Amino acid sequence: MARKVSSRRVLVSTGAAWFFGFLIFLPILWTFLTSFKTELEAFAIPPTFLFFHWTTENYATVQGRSDYLHHALNSIMIAGGSTLIAMLIAVPAAWSMAFAPTKRTKDILLWMLSTKMMPPVGVLVPIYLVYRDFGLLDTRAGLIVILCLGNLPIVIWMLFTYFKEIPKDILEAARMDGATIGRELVYVLTPMAIPGLASTLLLNLILAWNEAFWTLNLSTSDAAPLTVFIASYSSPEGLFWAKLSAASTLAIAPIVVLGWFSQRQLVRGLTFGAVK
Amino acid sequence: MGQITLQRVRKSFGPVNIIQDANLEIEDGAFVVFVGPSGCGKTTLLRLIAGLEDVTGGQILIDGHNVVDVPPAKRGLSMVFQSYALYPHMSVRGNIAFGLKMAGLPRPEIDRKVEAAAATLNLTPYLDRKPRDLSGGQRQRVAIGRAIVREPKAFLFDEPLSNLDAALRVQMRLEVTKLQKQLGTTAVYVTHDQVEAMTMADKIVVLNAGHIEQYGSPLELYERPANLFVAGFIGSPKMNFVSGEAAGERGVATIGVRPEHLKIGKDGEGWPGTVSVAEHLGSDTFLYVDAGKLGMLTARCIGEFSLKAGDRVWLSPDPARVHRFNTEGGVIGG
Repeated sequence: MARKVSSRRVLVSTGAAWFFGFLIFLPILWTFLTSFKTELEAFAIPPTFLFFHWTTENYATVQGRSDYLHHALNSIMIAGGSTLIAMLIAVPAAWSMAFAPTKRTKDILLWMLSTKMMPPVGVLVPIYLVYRDFGLLDTRAGLIVILCLGNLPIVIWMLFTYFKEIPKDILEAARMDGATIGRELVYVLTPMAIPGLASTLLLNLILAWNEAFWTLNLSTSDAAPLTVFIASYSSPEGLFWAKLSAASTLAIAPIVVLGWFSQRQLVRGLTFGAVK
Repeated sequence: MGQITLQRVRKSFGPVNIIQDANLEIEDGAFVVFVGPSGCGKTTLLRLIAGLEDVTGGQILIDGHNVVDVPPAKRGLSMVFQSYALYPHMSVRGNIAFGLKMAGLPRPEIDRKVEAAAATLNLTPYLDRKPRDLSGGQRQRVAIGRAIVREPKAFLFDEPLSNLDAALRVQMRLEVTKLQKQLGTTAVYVTHDQVEAMTMADKIVVLNAGHIEQYGSPLELYERPANLFVAGFIGSPKMNFVSGEAAGERGVATIGVRPEHLKIGKDGEGWPGTVSVAEHLGSDTFLYVDAGKLGMLTARCIGEFSLKAGDRVWLSPDPARVHRFNTEGGVIGG
């Protein structure tokens, strides 16, 4: 028998869900609203919510002071590039660990995860020096490499769990049917793994897009992505809340739009295998 | 042709020997069932024949050619998996056609063969559906369709019916047997269900702990089991084993009597005992009798038998149907 849920409970839980949803969304909404305020209204107390003098002057100032498109292009190239390279390395790696595991596979997986346990600041100085000596500071290539390496363990882990979900029998059936490894990949495994691949790709893109530690420390202008663009508005000259908000809104807009359109794929990928 | 010969086939995973020295001759067109308790190596043996596992030693001959170094697809066998293992993203048509597509057959020929296989298995109306839109029985049929369409030398079945409900299992059992006879293709079938083994097989291979205990027709195994293990494994309810004095009288270590070969009397002769449980199935009655020093004995009587728990009975074995075993468990006489 299905559990009976009273309409009152539905109302309460729906209300609670909306409340918490709103709570999580609030910072983004607030940033968005603040970006349309004047600097004076931005830190007015009590804060104004919707009824303030709407202005787009912050956006004009931000664009005038720093080149949004230059940073956006850097972000796209760094996030896209590091994701692409990470996927190219991670797919075969996760593949072999999921379908041809050895005694050491578990250890390797744990070792990879362990690299994420160290705070990045712990290796900042050596990495900085290595980058300086190899001329990688403030280059897109340098940022692509570091972000790719940083996200690789997570990408491999995610893909590994997705591949694990694919029943071995199906691959064996394909082998019995005469599929070579290449054809097994093209006709059987890839189509089955697409939801997992897509959500891993999206998540990695978001992580790389928002990554601030390495991008702030290893780039200044030429290769600086949007994170540096945002940070430049909390400067020694003082905090410019409204302009900072405008910069943030501009910086997160592409990724929010991307996430919005791919949310089905993301949710499906993240809950893949939870329900058979 | 589909003659499969195993010569001293061994398989071990690390230090664990799964299959030890298996020798077997499967004739062309035969329906051979591997049966045994779980972990006995029956599925491993099937996978060795399929080529999904590599042998540790020995030879597997298909039509006289040693195939141990031949990849699975080149052995000319097709396999039906326990989980069906259908390609979830392909339609029924795509699933059945996949093997032919991989073999590089021309499109019209693939279509013709797929249609024919679908017609044989009553799958024609479902050809454009995805596996997730099919019932268990239909999925099973698709898996079989995928196997027959390639016109293999032999079918390998790995417990194909164990995911179906009881009624469907009986129906599919008949269909698989009929199909195999109609096609005349050799079939190797793995199951842990001895009823499936008895009803479907031309010949049964009884496996235990990686050993082939006996190879013979169902009735041979039933009437002349080679040892205690086979005697106990084949037949339901299980054969009664009695050792001690009653066996000593016949000069052996253990005697075995099938439940259907125990005569039940309400007075006098045979082994005395008390009915502890009586199961009335209508067509049969199973009596579980506490026979004191002899232990629990099972007796099977045809039809309704008006005995109930607590009744005193005497059991006498049919002398012609008593199996005698030595201390090593081997059969004596035969």
